[in-house]
Amino acid sequence: MGEVKVLGASLSFFCCRVEWALKLKGVAYEYLEEDLKNKSPMLLQSNPVHKKIPVLVHDGRPIAESLVILEYIDEAWKGYPLLPEDPSERAKMRFWARFTDEKCVLSAWAACCAKGHEREKAIESAQESLSFLEKQIEGKKFFGGETMGLLDLMVGSLPNWIEFLEEHGGMKLLDEEKFPSLYEWAQKFINIPIISERIPTKEGLINYFQGGQNSRHTTGK
Amino acid sequence: MANSDHIVLLDFSGSPFVMRVRLALAAKGIEYQIKEEDLTQSKSSLLLKVNPVHKKIPVLIHNGKPVCESLIIVEYIDEVWKDRCPLLPADPYQRAKAKFWADFIDKMVHPSSYKVWAANGEVQEAGKKEFIDRIKMLEGELKSNPYFGGETLGFLDIAFLPLYYWFHTLETFGKFSIEAECPKLVAWGKRCMEEEFVCASLPHPHKVYDLVVEYKKKMGI
Repeated sequence: MGEVKVLGASLSFFCCRVEWALKLKGVAYEYLEEDLKNKSPMLLQSNPVHKKIPVLVHDGRPIAESLVILEYIDEAWKGYPLLPEDPSERAKMRFWARFTDEKCVLSAWAACCAKGHEREKAIESAQESLSFLEKQIEGKKFFGGETMGLLDLMVGSLPNWIEFLEEHGGMKLLDEEKFPSLYEWAQKFINIPIISERIPTKEGLINYFQGGQNSRHTTGK
Repeated sequence: MANSDHIVLLDFSGSPFVMRVRLALAAKGIEYQIKEEDLTQSKSSLLLKVNPVHKKIPVLIHNGKPVCESLIIVEYIDEVWKDRCPLLPADPYQRAKAKFWADFIDKMVHPSSYKVWAANGEVQEAGKKEFIDRIKMLEGELKSNPYFGGETLGFLDIAFLPLYYWFHTLETFGKFSIEAECPKLVAWGKRCMEEEFVCASLPHPHKVYDLVVEYKKKMGI
């Protein structure tokens, strides 16, 4: 099915989604680590619009934006469907996938950065977003049901990022008491082998923000 | 899917996001009921019930089930009524490109357009430049085709066409000519307006301007 490359950054929680999807589909790929302070000609050529990772390059044709890439992977390679068949369920999964990036990710970051009076409000807003995800996972093994789906991959790197933001910002967001189902899903998910072998860790993020940087160049399966 | 379908669209006249859904429904020849929301007043209990997360229009309610977010709704319509007038291409790579550019319109073009019609002074000037720079990138995607979808109107045409209907409004508020900068895009817009289903489903650009003037007045923008 052609040559597959992933342009990524090991600490990006957008990039690992792409690698997880390829691994679930059993697609061999070459991973190329980008130095985001010195972007490669290949990245600038593959994603001239945003100049961002991840980019999937399949047979020389680039695709950018992690959610677009995940849907492409689901359509290009059969086996292990990431989206359900029913259009209404597909629409719901897409809705929550966008919600994850537009609300959860941004509000968690905002809560970490907020100071003084704004801090409490920002934490409340971030937790409100998490409460929506809590309702979606309640009573389910995965967001996708019995097996991992697109939404699991979209949310998957959030727990470690939140853990890092909690430590960095001195606050609690993913509270086990307030979000028991989400918390339980997170603990199980990040320990699944194909997930854990490629996930930004809290330690890696701490190290990065303290001035060091993790990098890798690897060939994935 | 035929006469037994009950379809309601929560609408707000002039909203470019609602216009996308109207276009998709009209392209497929689907009958539906409109329920007008007045966003200058408090939101209806129906809207709050069917879109509790964002509390925004459009919402498509299909046989009682709500679908939110305009591009997700358009894709839903394409999947449910797949027997006629496909909006997204069959090839996964072409689909990914269409979705990438639709996402670009939402993340990059709409925010710039807001600065043009809702702001003034330096913010508006920066918005105008940003808007033109960004739609020029989109114009490049037309290549030598009559439509973004190729020989016929497709998903990306529907994603952008409402903004073409807003060009007159943006030019009037921004005191600039979009045609001078993007003649190919304006030619594309005029071509789309020749399609009967397009004219039948959207308010004329001059009417859009009147609606925006009224909206700005009521909202104190």
